[in-house]
Amino acid sequence: MMSEFAPICIYLVISPLLSLILLGVPFPFASNSSTYPEKLSAYECGFDPSGDARSRFDIRFYLVSILFIIPDPEVTFFFPWAVPPNKIDSFGSWSMMAFLLILTIGSLYEWKRGASDRE
Amino acid sequence: MIIDTTEVQDINSFSRLESLKEVYGIIGMFLPILTLVLGITIGVLVIVWLEREISAGIQQRIGPEYAGPLGILQALADGTKLIFKENLFPSRGDIRLFSIGPSIAVISILLSYSVIPFSYHFVLSDLNIGVFLWIAISSIAPIGLLMSGYGSNNKYSFLGGLRAAAQSISYEIPLTLCVLSISLLSNSSSTVDIVEAQSKYGFWGWNLWRQPIGFFVFLISSLAECERLPFDLPEAEEELVAGYQTEYSGIKFGLFYVASYLNLLVSSLFVTVLYLGGWNISIPYIFVPELFEINKVGRVFGTTIGIFITLAKTYLFLFISITTRWTLPRLRIDQLLNLGWKFLLPISLGNLLLTTSFQLISL
Repeated sequence: MMSEFAPICIYLVISPLLSLILLGVPFPFASNSSTYPEKLSAYECGFDPSGDARSRFDIRFYLVSILFIIPDPEVTFFFPWAVPPNKIDSFGSWSMMAFLLILTIGSLYEWKRGASDRE
Repeated sequence: MIIDTTEVQDINSFSRLESLKEVYGIIGMFLPILTLVLGITIGVLVIVWLEREISAGIQQRIGPEYAGPLGILQALADGTKLIFKENLFPSRGDIRLFSIGPSIAVISILLSYSVIPFSYHFVLSDLNIGVFLWIAISSIAPIGLLMSGYGSNNKYSFLGGLRAAAQSISYEIPLTLCVLSISLLSNSSSTVDIVEAQSKYGFWGWNLWRQPIGFFVFLISSLAECERLPFDLPEAEEELVAGYQTEYSGIKFGLFYVASYLNLLVSSLFVTVLYLGGWNISIPYIFVPELFEINKVGRVFGTTIGIFITLAKTYLFLFISITTRWTLPRLRIDQLLNLGWKFLLPISLGNLLLTTSFQLISL
């Protein structure tokens, strides 16, 4: 069991190292001499940046992420159900169908109320 | 002294042997990982070259031709140039988030290569939760994009990061439901088992024929996850300059560039593994493993052929997604989200129910 995950653990160390090395490589080479304040300001098509960028944004981005929270665990629960179907009898399958039915009714309700509408 | 010296020497040499064996074990673990990383890097360089050449061909230009034969070193030259570029930090941005963002995007995508079987027993780790690991890890990438969008303190970057996050979480559910149908068919979440399950009847055994709806939903969703052109809203040039990468320059921009192509490659590889029979030669009545299991040379030969077949199928899909880029116009953000939530999600759910009922009947 551990031997299966051992390469992944090493890989988990190597891939951050790789990206850190890539981030660090330019430091000896890259010049930083010609830096002036205009160059470091936020790009807004050549004008001076107006106000702070972290202002209000559309509520529907929140709605999308809230809508995502329900189906995502649903899908996660589906995996253990899907993989050994020979060990689960028809009762197990149908109880998952009941779970799915409740979630489908929920998403239909959300659809009818227009939570996912973006006019 | 009760212990005589030879015994001590024996113990010493024994412990040295043990440590040597451990060292070899660690090297034996590092070697496949380094091979994988090297292979991926070369793959990305080839994809960048292919993208530029095919785009040039579609637009009747010549494309890169000076760096190396046929311009094949163009991507390497561009990468070297990016290393020597000035390392800029936006003055009002959050430097930590700004620097970590691109690395998180790259790390999460690099990690998902660990479960891809390139050939017969040629996989970094054959986990029994392989596809699930991929789905779990690949959903870390939008966090990196969100971090870089927020850390830049630029209106375009912020909107781009938000759009990237919204888009990837919307298309992740149809993608996962399609993968779920596949693992229901193959009775396993291990990528190796999924390929093995398709190895029987040549190309008639592919999951493509058993899951045609799932295949198209998977293809569309993976294009959206990669932010390729019909769905490249997070970095739409005409509206958001370059989205979350607006403030980036130098190697950090290069990391985003690498991440997007790595993502494209991993999606194509997963299309191959899940729907097109992976490393199998896919001509009916020719069974590769039996032919090449005779001796060691045959096995190496068989593995090499398997890698070539996997890559051939993968590059076919890369070609399709590159030509799609120059064929379809960009969607609007509301069209994109409606396509995800009101079309792909119900269809993939229906596909899953259909697969389940077939499985229940056959039980």
